Amino acid sequence: MKCQKCDKQATFHITDLVDGEPNELHLCEDCAQAFLAPPSSSDADEMMPAMAGLLAQQLAVGETAEELARLDKQVCPVCGISFREFRKQGRLGCPYDYTCFSEELEPLLLNIHDETRHVGKVPKGFGANAEQQTQLIRLRREMKEAVAREDYEQASKLRDEIREIEESRQLPPTEQPPTDL
Amino acid sequence: MPLNFEELAGGSGEWLKGSGPESDIVISSRIRLARNLAEFPFIARATAADRAEIEKILHARIAASNDSKKFPGELMYVDVSQLPEIDRAFLVERQLISRELSESEGARAVAIDGREQYSVMINEEDHLRIQVMHSGLDLDSAWEQIDTLDDLIEEQVTYAYNEKLGYLTACPTNVGTGIRVSVMLHLPALVITRQIDKVFRSLQKINLAVRGLYGEGSQAMGDFYQVSNQITLGLSEQELIKKVADVVPVLIDYERQAREFLVRESQETLHDRVSRAYGILRNAQTISSEETLHLLSSVRMGVNLGLIGDVAIPTVNKLFVHTQPAHLQKLAGMELDSSDRNIERATYLRRHLGGDSDKAEHN
Ligand SMILES: [Zn+2]
Ligand SMILES: [Zn+2]
Repeated sequence: MKCQKCDKQATFHITDLVDGEPNELHLCEDCAQAFLAPPSSSDADEMMPAMAGLLAQQLAVGETAEELARLDKQVCPVCGISFREFRKQGRLGCPYDYTCFSEELEPLLLNIHDETRHVGKVPKGFGANAEQQTQLIRLRREMKEAVAREDYEQASKLRDEIREIEESRQLPPTEQPPTDL
Repeated sequence: MPLNFEELAGGSGEWLKGSGPESDIVISSRIRLARNLAEFPFIARATAADRAEIEKILHARIAASNDSKKFPGELMYVDVSQLPEIDRAFLVERQLISRELSESEGARAVAIDGREQYSVMINEEDHLRIQVMHSGLDLDSAWEQIDTLDDLIEEQVTYAYNEKLGYLTACPTNVGTGIRVSVMLHLPALVITRQIDKVFRSLQKINLAVRGLYGEGSQAMGDFYQVSNQITLGLSEQELIKKVADVVPVLIDYERQAREFLVRESQETLHDRVSRAYGILRNAQTISSEETLHLLSSVRMGVNLGLIGDVAIPTVNKLFVHTQPAHLQKLAGMELDSSDRNIERATYLRRHLGGDSDKAEHN
């Protein structure tokens, strides 16, 4: 059996309790040591990504090989990250990943948070255009690619689209005039 | 205003003051928020140009927040990519930046106020990590301060956010509120009485994470433990703060009971342990960082139990940080290798704990 965190032979089989439920981990010596006595992690923030990576890898457990291969090939149209890359590094590529991988992420979110819906703070300027703004990532990328293949017609079309969104960036007016800026 | 490292090195941050509610056991309370700009990829997919642009935009927002009447402090901006390694290590020891920010590459920065309550990191795991830290148990004012600064920064930018999942973060462990609420506790008696594992397990059951604090290498640091929320989605910021805040008095109570037990059942052993630790720290000629942290922990408990009368808690708190490698070197004004650091550390401890003929300075 291969280690769940790297490609070495798994020699440690740890049963970890998560919310009172036993959870099997198969790790090589190095990864097991890091798991049991996390090296130089001076705080919780730095440990969390490692945990997400572990969980993301566990996603693989429930899936058949073909299903996993299909999932892994999915690519975010905005930033270009594949689901496989996310599973490997435990970090997403752009805000749109939460939309385009929503089905794949849902079990992971449930596993981490027990919930799939936000109930907290709402940004004041929201409503504005967060999702439209995120499309800028795709447009800028496509423009760069168009320039690279010398498709200047397409590039200038994209540039206009980008400008339009950038100019609409203005947030809705807040109650107070920004006199103190 | 530029950051003066020499001045910073000599002093100590707000969180080391040793004041605030329950400060014999609670070292500090901290809240951080993770935010990203909607129009850029997360750091893992960001190009060098993206990172530079993000840094520029957020730098401008921090400058604007400084000018706002709603913001009480003044943030000093530090371009971390331009700092020598020793200064970055210093900021990590001081808990003003993370190891990740210190060790990564490309455009990145931190904004810090003079009292070291605020630390705003740019281009860490997320585009923006806002943090507010207080001495003792004081999450409510930390939340008020961080909420205000978050609003000010957001005034002219669009955060990555969607209605269903809230604030979108690079790692799914932070999505939703993007909040991490942490309280750092000193729990030596629970360690001595071997109850700490039991406490850990019971906290995990209610979705709270507990971690030992680590210093140089992987050595556990002086019986300090950090309790924080594990989940960030599906509960409001106030609910998550309450979750952590509610458990802290219970932990304080356990630690107090364990201390009383030790005083009652093994007064001599405890007094001996504390006195030996104090004796070594006041007399050693060379001492490692690991041993220092271990002994300071006993001394800190001894002071709080009235077994040591002539040292103040802020002094002990300060020594925990000032005896770490980068601090020692900044204070000495030169680079020192490991064995020279051990000698310098012993000298520093003798000077501040009154072991040398020259009088101890309490702050
Ligand atoms: Zn491994
Ligand atoms: Zn993406």
